[in-house]
Amino acid sequence: MTTTAEHAEHTGHEAHDEHAEHGMSTAGYVKVAMILAALTALEVATYFVDFGPFFMPVLLVLMCVKFFIVVSYFMHLKFDNKIFSFMFYAGLFLAIGVYAAFLATFKFFSA
Amino acid sequence: MADAAVHHADHGHHTSTGLSNNKLGMWLFLGSECLLFGGLISTYMIYRGRVGEGPRPGNVFDIPFTSVSSFVLLMSSLTMVLAVAAAQKRDDRGTTLWLTVTGLLGATFVGGQVYEFTAMYNEGLGFTTSLFGSAFYTLTGFHGVHVTVGVIMLLSLVGIIKRSRVPGDKAEVVELVGLYWHFVDVVWIIIFTLVYLIPT
Repeated sequence: MTTTAEHAEHTGHEAHDEHAEHGMSTAGYVKVAMILAALTALEVATYFVDFGPFFMPVLLVLMCVKFFIVVSYFMHLKFDNKIFSFMFYAGLFLAIGVYAAFLATFKFFSA
Repeated sequence: MADAAVHHADHGHHTSTGLSNNKLGMWLFLGSECLLFGGLISTYMIYRGRVGEGPRPGNVFDIPFTSVSSFVLLMSSLTMVLAVAAAQKRDDRGTTLWLTVTGLLGATFVGGQVYEFTAMYNEGLGFTTSLFGSAFYTLTGFHGVHVTVGVIMLLSLVGIIKRSRVPGDKAEVVELVGLYWHFVDVVWIIIFTLVYLIPT
């Protein structure tokens, strides 16, 4: 089944044998997905059930937890070189800084 | 274990960093995409209360429907990571199967978004109805376009793999498309909470 072209490609890129090792097992990925599904169900529950003063903090914490689970495990940042994390989080925190500056601008300069 | 993984990832690429330039470029691109969506989300958060004479967010959002769409997109991240795992094991059949499933789940999400936009328009929320409408359609529309581009990339990749015409390292190409796909998922995680679940 394996073609000559595929064979040549494989021999030229043995690094991905190593990549396969640093990921998780299929069962591990399914477990992570189930956790994400449960967290999503909890998020949706806040719409139907009154969480009182905990409503906003619970939603924001759940959002952050889901975000970091996907980035860490599905995008493999937890297992990959730190320079990838730096590139992504630099953009993310810069975006959060822009949002904070945007909010402050509207608060201080709007009529 | 993580240190060992980093040790593995540092080898095998003949570049000045020892890392794949393609992967480095993709992460740089995703970092810049954070700024794009950061700006759009910020704009929505500022203008979400400016509804004018038009409908309010609570009047047009269908939370149960959007929850199902969110679940579909979330599960597409699972199928995508299974495609990457299959590609790393050089399992072409598994790779194309999971890529196709991911593409179909993505297409389902986009279909849901088209239905949602149509329903909202029929309820009186057009693009120029209010600042809320403009900010909402711009943010979710940009995300929808990203998902659509992702679906095209996934299905194109399936065709390219079947013809054995993947340029370079096949597993890495699948991984790069996967990174893009997971990114549109994490952006939706933020949009779903900030736009749909937190009331004005």
